Amino acid sequence: MKISQFYSKKVLQHFYHPKNVGEIKNPDGVATVGNPVCGDVLQLFIKIGKKGNKEFIKEAKFLTLGCAAALATSSMITTMVKGKPLSEAEKITNQAIAEALGGLPKNKLHCSVLAAEALEKAIANYRQKTKK
Amino acid sequence: MRKIYSDRNKLVYLDHAATTPVSAEVLKAMSPYFGKYFGNPSEPHQWGQQAKTAIEQAREKVAHFLGAKTSEILFTSGATEAINLAHKGLIENQKLPHIITSSIEHKAVLETCKHLEKLGWAKVNYLPVDKDGLVKIDDLEKTIRPETILVSIMYVNNEMGAIQPIVQIGQLLKKINAKRKQKIYFHTDATQAIQYLDCRVTELGVDLLSLSGHKFYAPKGVGVLYFKKGTPLVRQQDGGEQESRLRAGTENVPYIVGLGKAIELVQKNKVSSAKYVEKLRDKLMAGVLQIPGVKLVGDFKKNAPHIATFLVKGAEGEAMMLLLSDKGVAASSGSACTSGLLEPSHVLLAMGYQPEEAHGSLRFSLGKDNTEEEIDEVIKVLPTIVQKLRRMAPKL
Repeated sequence: MKISQFYSKKVLQHFYHPKNVGEIKNPDGVATVGNPVCGDVLQLFIKIGKKGNKEFIKEAKFLTLGCAAALATSSMITTMVKGKPLSEAEKITNQAIAEALGGLPKNKLHCSVLAAEALEKAIANYRQKTKK
Repeated sequence: MRKIYSDRNKLVYLDHAATTPVSAEVLKAMSPYFGKYFGNPSEPHQWGQQAKTAIEQAREKVAHFLGAKTSEILFTSGATEAINLAHKGLIENQKLPHIITSSIEHKAVLETCKHLEKLGWAKVNYLPVDKDGLVKIDDLEKTIRPETILVSIMYVNNEMGAIQPIVQIGQLLKKINAKRKQKIYFHTDATQAIQYLDCRVTELGVDLLSLSGHKFYAPKGVGVLYFKKGTPLVRQQDGGEQESRLRAGTENVPYIVGLGKAIELVQKNKVSSAKYVEKLRDKLMAGVLQIPGVKLVGDFKKNAPHIATFLVKGAEGEAMMLLLSDKGVAASSGSACTSGLLEPSHVLLAMGYQPEEAHGSLRFSLGKDNTEEEIDEVIKVLPTIVQKLRRMAPKL
């Protein structure tokens, strides 16, 4: 994986102009990961739609407290999953997020881990809700 | 990279505690020593002697500034090297020496001490600080042992500006030293104090003092170690006979000349520049503290006039710094040396702040060329930036 010393152009773009910031009222799935002691908290909201039998992520939004990398990875994951079938979205790894951002500095790779974890947990939250 | 930043007409540099630009006068003084007077100062021919004379003139300026003898001034590559030499050079001939330092020192001191501990060459105590970031004299006195050989306390903290009680520590050690066999040597890293505080070594009562040129408009890569006559230093960089056989290697002549010029200018303007910078700092503080959920780190009455560090609730420091940078304002979050790590500033934690508070730290450090208009600009853009980040944060 590409490890950059400074932030890539893509990271800065997403940081300065983040996509899908905000809360989804009555989300189908939501997850909060990280904690303020570590410096990053990421909250991910998803809304699920159906095309025939296939579930897909209709909407994804985030709220994040954290550094430029935390905000950029949050923004990136929402753009990556939006419109994707659930079965594909859940395969997104932290490496894929970092790569989509043109690499991350080594000490910021945990931000991509956090974003992947948020997605996994938001989907799990949705599954749990629909099971009942 | 530039392209993605917003348009801006004016840049406001408020990161002088990180580094300063080389001033025009300093650059002018340096420039003949790259080409015209390029000789090796160790050579007795006229080329060498011209360079040697220039170094000795710079040494006189530094000695004059510190109230020291020229034989007590060593030129180094910066404060970090000066600190390494002071610590390692002092303990080398001692059997299991004990060092006392503070928990808020710069990495140059902390890492040097940790290295010595790891090698088993010294025992080290790291003194705590109070809520204003000050070392307490009582704590220091209680920590002294028979084998204590070095007390190393910074003059001004680089992350939040607290002025440590150097004069009082000097007096205490003088009193204690009169009654004991093993002298306790006193080192202070005065890197952040040079421009605005009294740095005369006899007033401070120090045996060793380190400083770095690039914090006061000299170039990066040159610094000084003052060592009081009789301080048993062993050189750490072996080689030639330079710098009284205490720091081998051909002298960095143009940079030494630059440092000499810069310290001369500091001496000339010290009182007025301290007052000027303090006025700007007070204005900045009044403006920034208008933002709800923002507090100043430490007590400004106990701080050096050029540093103001704030804790902003609900916004992360690096994010604030980069958004400010986009608006053409340079600030810093915690110490630049700390930001490569994930732990929040060791200084803020030592002062008793919680990690979640420390992540929201933002440091502004002023310099002689800043103006009131620039401060107005910062006061104007910062609230919007804080608001933007708070709006993006989860409501927990």
